[in-house]
Amino acid sequence: MLEPISISLQALNLPSLLPVGILIVGAIFIIVLDLVTKSGSKSFYTMLSILFILLDLGVVIGYYGEARGMFDLVLVDGIAKISQIIVLVTSAFFLLLAMSQRRFQEFSMAEFYALFLFMIAGFQFMTISDNLILIFVGLETASLSLYTMIAMHNRKKAFEAAIKYFTMGALAAGFYTMGSLLFYALTGSIEIHEIANRVILNDNLSVVALIAATIFMIGALGFKISIVPFHTWTPDIYEGSSAALAGYMSIVPKIAGFVVAMRLFEALLNLNVLWIENMFYILVIATMTVGNITALVQEDVKRMLAYSSIAHAGFVLSAILIGTSEANSGLFLYWILFMFTNLGAFTVLWMTRHKKNLWDERYQHPFVKFKGLAKINPFMATMMAFFMFSLAGVPPLSVFWGKLYLISAAVNAGFIYLAIFMALNSAIAVYYYMKLVIFMFLMEPASEEKAIFTTNATPVLKVVLAVAVAFTIFASLFIDKILAFIIYHVTMSGF
Amino acid sequence: MDYILSLVVFFPIVAGSFAFLVDAKSVRVFGIAVAIIEFFLSIVLWLGFDYGIDGMQMVEHFSLISQFGMSYYLAVDGISLFLVILSTFMTMVALFALSIEKDIKNLIIAVLFLETTMVGVFLSLDIILFYLFWEASLVPMLYIIGAWGSERRIYAAIKFFLYTFAGSVLMLVGILYMGHLYYETTGIWSFAITDWYQMVLPFNLQLWLFGAFFLAFAIKVPMFPFHTWLPYAHGQAPTIGSVLLAAVMLKMGTYGFVRFSLPLFPDASIYFMIPIAIIATVMVIYAAMVAYAQEDMKQVIAYSSISHMGVIILGTFAMNTEGISGSIFMMISHGIVSGALFMLVGVIYERRHTKMMREFGGLASVMPSFATIYAIMLMGSVGLPLTIGFIGEFLSLMGFYRIDWIITMIAGTGIILGAVYMLSLYKRSFFGPLVNDENKKLKDLNFKEYSALIPLVFLVILLGIYPKPVLDPISSSVKNMIRIMDKKVINKESKEILYKANSIGGGR
Repeated sequence: MLEPISISLQALNLPSLLPVGILIVGAIFIIVLDLVTKSGSKSFYTMLSILFILLDLGVVIGYYGEARGMFDLVLVDGIAKISQIIVLVTSAFFLLLAMSQRRFQEFSMAEFYALFLFMIAGFQFMTISDNLILIFVGLETASLSLYTMIAMHNRKKAFEAAIKYFTMGALAAGFYTMGSLLFYALTGSIEIHEIANRVILNDNLSVVALIAATIFMIGALGFKISIVPFHTWTPDIYEGSSAALAGYMSIVPKIAGFVVAMRLFEALLNLNVLWIENMFYILVIATMTVGNITALVQEDVKRMLAYSSIAHAGFVLSAILIGTSEANSGLFLYWILFMFTNLGAFTVLWMTRHKKNLWDERYQHPFVKFKGLAKINPFMATMMAFFMFSLAGVPPLSVFWGKLYLISAAVNAGFIYLAIFMALNSAIAVYYYMKLVIFMFLMEPASEEKAIFTTNATPVLKVVLAVAVAFTIFASLFIDKILAFIIYHVTMSGF
Repeated sequence: MDYILSLVVFFPIVAGSFAFLVDAKSVRVFGIAVAIIEFFLSIVLWLGFDYGIDGMQMVEHFSLISQFGMSYYLAVDGISLFLVILSTFMTMVALFALSIEKDIKNLIIAVLFLETTMVGVFLSLDIILFYLFWEASLVPMLYIIGAWGSERRIYAAIKFFLYTFAGSVLMLVGILYMGHLYYETTGIWSFAITDWYQMVLPFNLQLWLFGAFFLAFAIKVPMFPFHTWLPYAHGQAPTIGSVLLAAVMLKMGTYGFVRFSLPLFPDASIYFMIPIAIIATVMVIYAAMVAYAQEDMKQVIAYSSISHMGVIILGTFAMNTEGISGSIFMMISHGIVSGALFMLVGVIYERRHTKMMREFGGLASVMPSFATIYAIMLMGSVGLPLTIGFIGEFLSLMGFYRIDWIITMIAGTGIILGAVYMLSLYKRSFFGPLVNDENKKLKDLNFKEYSALIPLVFLVILLGIYPKPVLDPISSSVKNMIRIMDKKVINKESKEILYKANSIGGGR
């Protein structure tokens, strides 16, 4: 007979789960509210969800308790805190994009908002744990909600995207379970720090099994962060989902994935095994280069941004390869800067969303659509140009600083060739970002009709755009503060 | 006077942002007014300049990103002072002559933004800040070429942007590596160039870092074989774009050599002295020959720019006061002369909508003033004594004569070739019978063009006769820089070469 286990409530450290709890309660609250009253509108649910997110954000920022909780399942360390802040801030901004001019079916349903909150909770779970099972639960909660939300867009392309994403995601989940299983079989633990320790201690470990486990994990997380060669789903799914959701997908799932990858792979890279390092080197360079080169030939801006986000992910992944605390801080800095710029770019696409594909049979946002936008709507064109140049890494716009910091981290850690590859890739990337600017500024417009570029614009969207552009341009003024915050938290949690 | 440098750097961009609100009708006057004020600010800077100090002065220095050691660091010395004045002056003059009507507001804003970045490049002593202005200067130029150029403008603009951007990303890696080295040696993060001057690097590292910086500067200059973007950019750019490109933006590259490559990597610079001199000589002669073969008047001047930049490079890599001061003086003189020549081509292009020399002939009889000014500028470009072009060219070549007289002799033929293509251009366009009917009713210069060209003529002659006020501060700062180099050189051979370069009679 099992002995009764007595644990004090204190030891569970419930506050560590409070942030996630708020969102789950919030989601259930929204579902219940939808059952009770039929008067809930789009703006009501958006604001309510944002309130929950802000509440969550406050709790996350204010959390100074024990890092461990719930039988060591939960680990709220510095990087968990930063990544949660990124996830929540991004979510709040992207949720605001629901307040668009045109009616979309998904935004009028309360389920969308409930799913959105569940999804955020899932991503938060991924970041606040180093237990492979809890991470898996978070990953699947988030992913399943995301598939559904994509499908709720209710277009043919959206269904295609949702099913594609679901199938790919299922495969990734399979990979993940296989990987965890092998790690468990090898080391008898499912906690990342334990796994690394036991790999070091155990000499007669099967190398084949370790390689297989690592590859399975790279495959699983690679799908989420869209590392080459697991990236092929990205452009199709971005194309199929609404611009608001696509922009969201380019940031939040990836930061959650990065945190998990950081915990797991840096532990493995610390083993100083040559093949792991080589494998990562190849992955990083392949992701950057393939993403950039494929982006060069895209005809649709959204697909171009999809490939560009792959390239940026590759760029940031190099931080995990480098593994110094400077590089890890660089990862978060880069992603924050990238977040605001990408938010702006996708908001512009969202604002120009039109009922019909006016410019191309297949694409909603082909490059030709933006021909001569500077003449039709100079403000929008200028803002988009800022976002594009920022993504390209033209100083002094935001993403440049991220690139600067990461390349510097690479140089400082002795990865000179990696630094050169990163620099060359930025040079390649300039071309396709510049292409859009050239279409907007240097070509004559096809029609002078101003209205078709603002069919979906509302004051709320314009405010989001203004925030994004202000952050993109004046990033250099805040970087000092942000960097100090990040470095403090990253070094505190030992990365 | 404390913040005069910040004022000079940021006045145009702030004023340019205000230009968004100015009525399109009066925006040209607004632009000119801003450019005049900016020019006067740079004159105030000159007046406040203390000739007694040969190092940096009017320093503004405070930390910007402390975790990273990046600071806001502006200062001026004799080397940068006149390049700043050149930038503000040429922008002003180019705006005087501006005759574009289409989207004038955007153009004025772009030009003012460009002015900030140009001045910023010359005044920044924090290298990250320098890089910031260096890269940011590409964007307005991309727009100017791409939006107001001729038919193949977009291709030319993209080529210009990609070439220069690709060149400078490697410099960024070099910069960061230097920062890393500085941190390794001192334990402090700093990107201030004056701090870096104190650091002595091992020879092997110098070679690599010199290479990383060299590519960026060489593309900007542009040095053979990276020059192919320039004729395109010039061929397609509107007049104001060509003027600013030739007069100021190319100088960023040569300035980079003087400010960064030579004092930071003295051994590597001396090591590469002869190969670079050979490239420079090839540039001088090859570009002159290509210029002779051109039918398009603007292309002749574009290639002549490349040829003259070759002489500047040669002077810079002479590693002595005469050579480097001469090359800096020549940056200024070439800025004035080539800017004026591009403006003159703009004048005739606007009247005839062609730049082909076969369409002209006998222009001197219908446009006498135009022909006279053209002739003066031409002489300045060829390097006739008592014009501004002579001094820089002579000093640069004289400087390199101490290093290697054969290369100097060969490069010197560039002056003769220059006379050949320029005079043949002049003969074909201005002399001979006036055959083309369309040329018979051409009007001579108007007030707008006079107001832009007369100051330039004045400068070409004045500085040609009496260059001392400009040359003196330049050479005292250059001497200071050579002292820094001398202190830092580690190889025995390079020390000997530096000694030989800086003593009369070649050290014998």
